[in-house]
Amino acid sequence: MATEVHSLQELRRSASLATKVFVQRDYSDGTTCQFQTKFPPELESRIERQLFEETVKTLNSFYAEAEKIGGSSYLEGCLACATAYFIFLCMETHYEKVLKKISKYIQEQNEKIYAPRGLLLTDPLERGMRVIEISIYEDRCSSGSSSSGSSSSSSGGGGGGAGGR
Amino acid sequence: MTPGSGSGPMKDCEYSQISTHSSSSPMESPHKKKKPAPKRKWEVFPGRNKFFCNGRIMMARQTGVFYLTLVLILVTSGLFFAFDCPYLSENITPAIPAIGGILFFFVMGTLLRTSFSDPGVLPRATPDEAADLERQIGNTEDIANGSSSGGYRPPPRTKEVIINGQTVKLKYCFTCKIFRPPRASHCSLCDNCVERFDHHCPWVGNCVGKRNYRFFYMFILSLSFLTVFIFAFVITHVILRSQQTGFLNALKDSPASVLEAVVCFFSVWSIVGLSGFHTYLISSNQTTNEDIKGSWSNKRGKENYNPYSYGNIFTNCCAALCGPLSPSLIDRRGFIQPDTPQLAGPSNGITMYGATQSQSNMCDQDQCIQSTKFVLQAAATPLLQSEPSITSEELPLPGKTTISGPCATLTLGQPTPPSSMPNLTSDSGLTDMIPLKEEHEGHQFLTPEEAPSPPGMLPSGSPIIHSHTMHVLSLASQDSLHEDSVRGLVKLSSV
Repeated sequence: MATEVHSLQELRRSASLATKVFVQRDYSDGTTCQFQTKFPPELESRIERQLFEETVKTLNSFYAEAEKIGGSSYLEGCLACATAYFIFLCMETHYEKVLKKISKYIQEQNEKIYAPRGLLLTDPLERGMRVIEISIYEDRCSSGSSSSGSSSSSSGGGGGGAGGR
Repeated sequence: MTPGSGSGPMKDCEYSQISTHSSSSPMESPHKKKKPAPKRKWEVFPGRNKFFCNGRIMMARQTGVFYLTLVLILVTSGLFFAFDCPYLSENITPAIPAIGGILFFFVMGTLLRTSFSDPGVLPRATPDEAADLERQIGNTEDIANGSSSGGYRPPPRTKEVIINGQTVKLKYCFTCKIFRPPRASHCSLCDNCVERFDHHCPWVGNCVGKRNYRFFYMFILSLSFLTVFIFAFVITHVILRSQQTGFLNALKDSPASVLEAVVCFFSVWSIVGLSGFHTYLISSNQTTNEDIKGSWSNKRGKENYNPYSYGNIFTNCCAALCGPLSPSLIDRRGFIQPDTPQLAGPSNGITMYGATQSQSNMCDQDQCIQSTKFVLQAAATPLLQSEPSITSEELPLPGKTTISGPCATLTLGQPTPPSSMPNLTSDSGLTDMIPLKEEHEGHQFLTPEEAPSPPGMLPSGSPIIHSHTMHVLSLASQDSLHEDSVRGLVKLSSV
């Protein structure tokens, strides 16, 4: 019963958005897409650190797979070049395939782990691959209109921590 | 002043800064908003781009030079195939038109691919993300200053990250409201942040960035082959004919050859030079932008090196040309989602592309109106009368297309916020000042690092404004200048 209530649509309808947490990109290895695995303090009471870190690590490994430079990507690149890149009109790149996998994974994680805890991940692709956006929801009945203001202002400190250098 | 009271008004300012931006975005969209059908995201795209085929094709706003390129290539190759190829295939080998044809199709394919694809535009921050960043900036600022000064302080414009052991500064983009990722830069002509920004190329009518650099490189490489090929065989044609009938008669017999030879002769140097230059860039994994600024040059210090290079020429080339092709981040053909139900709904009719409205936006509408009033007041002051012609002529600000009356004065008013105005207004002015400033930075070839201007500095003195407007004036000519200087560099280095 509880899981049904917390399906994604239900969550959107029954709860009000309290605040959003943004996990920033980690540029230490160059411009390849990876996100910081640091745990944002706003989620402290919401989700176990391990679960969150695992999600981010899995996402990072997906992106690493998509951007891996190796035999298959060279083959794809050379093939595309040989056809003056017209092949991309009818062929999906490896990157796009992985992105589909990622969005599936995020949906799955949302349903299994995040939605029951009142959280919602947004696919980084929808945010320009800059951030993983995590929306924190609160039950309508328990939180008044004032709570949203206070929680969003309190997230300032945490946001600073999450986006640290 | 206590820290608490200092941070209170500051937060308000931040919010209003964002809400002014988002509230002005529907004005920016150059298309009608009356259609009941679901709109696609390209229709409200905030950058200065042109879209064709329902968003499939994306180009810069100015495309005149692109058509020139197209005509030059088409006419020259057309004349070659029509007047030289019959003779050459009869007298030498039919392989010549075949090879020429393949080269021609390759050139056209890569050119169109370069011009029509998304160069790697980074979507602008959603209001929530921008607000979050502002808060972070505010916090670090508070810590840095110990909140001693109180009131609103302009946010710092840079953030440092360490990439492969090299410290790289990320600059805050006031237009896109993001810290630009490493190697990204804001194109002042298209008004977008572009990933791995190389340069804005008017010849292909698009920015050259992460997603179309390989197309661009293959284009100039194949074009230099095509030009050399045509040039060589036109000369051969003329020589063969003049052996039979004499030089003057040969010219008379095929006047097209003369035209082709002239076009090829003048273009071959710059094209070959440019492809050589880009070969060098690719092999060292640099962008034109970084090379011109000298970001990784040894002159800056012995420990300065390019953190993106794989350390070997071969890998660099393969990564740039055959690496995985990253996807477009602006979902141009996606439909704009109506706001998600938990929010107050699209009460103000604003639809940001791919954005959900934050509630902070909603409650700060009043403030937004307030700040607009300030801008309008500012626009009415006589101080601003001095340079409207320049701004209206040279700055294709988005407001120009759809709005009239008050909003038009708003755009005019923005470049010179008088110092007496409240901070609120200065902020909204700042957003549109930045492209000019970046233009200023991006094209200073001689100074190695952009001037370390104070973060979020407001151009209050008139001399600074003057220099900006001068830059605006030369905006159109700058890219040809840019190309020229690249060529000059190439020639210098090849000598």
